Amino acid sequence: MEQSNVAHTDHFDPTASKLGMWLFIFTEILLFGGLFIVYSVYRYKHPVEFHLAHLELDVTIGFINTIILLVSSMTVAMSITAMQLGNKKLSLILLAITLLLALAFLVNKYFEWGAKIHHDIYPGSEFLMSLSKGDMLFFGLYFFMTGLHALHIIVGMVLLSVIFVKVKNGSVIQNRVSLLENGGLYWHLVDLIWIFLFPLFYLIH
Amino acid sequence: MSEHKNHISTYKSHIVVLLCLVLLTILTVTITSVHLGPYNTTAAMVIASIKASIVLLYFMHLKFDEKIFRFMVTLVIAIYLVVIIITFFDYLYR
Repeated sequence: MEQSNVAHTDHFDPTASKLGMWLFIFTEILLFGGLFIVYSVYRYKHPVEFHLAHLELDVTIGFINTIILLVSSMTVAMSITAMQLGNKKLSLILLAITLLLALAFLVNKYFEWGAKIHHDIYPGSEFLMSLSKGDMLFFGLYFFMTGLHALHIIVGMVLLSVIFVKVKNGSVIQNRVSLLENGGLYWHLVDLIWIFLFPLFYLIH
Repeated sequence: MSEHKNHISTYKSHIVVLLCLVLLTILTVTITSVHLGPYNTTAAMVIASIKASIVLLYFMHLKFDEKIFRFMVTLVIAIYLVVIIITFFDYLYR
């Protein structure tokens, strides 16, 4: 009996913790999935306006941000590899690079949104209200979906920062990388969503 | 604990995966700049799906994890596709 009590204080189940993370990711997939369906239906109903409105978006910034997210996904995956191989220092460096890339993404987003708002394009602006329904829907969805995605980037940065500290002070060790792995899964999810956001908003002709 | 069967991805494999993803991104931008009519959207979505699969299998480690994870992800994607199909049946034939 006493021994089983000792065992309870040291409970570690990587499969279960990963399972929990995936269940959470499913809710996120369905959240954005619902928004993608809203987007598709409105695009089907207003094809011309959606086409014209999308020309306002800057493909170059979108492309750069795609590359930034893809690279950051790789660095976080590499950070897990480094930890599993017992290279704590490299793991921390790679996590720091991931955080910097996330920040770069947000800075880009700031300039992109800034330019839009400067041109009087933001939800509820007088200029947007004077445009057609299709334009309003396109920009409404653009701001909401990329905004929600940017919020996920911020949450991901907070999560990765906490993990950075935990790796640093030794709470995450070579044989127990679940927390780091789950943080990585979240970061890849953010990347996954952007993979669909980018062509749908920036590239569609 | 089943330490022995834990798969550790190599640094090299991560770099190869990243290169594939970047190439596919460049391909999408190039393809959509050519006018293919309605096929532009199809091409962009097919490439995005390939990229998503690569991220799921390699970065998110589904290829090497227990089968239950792959099964669950497939199921969720299948449910989502059914919802899309039902929605569009409604809008196309209303």
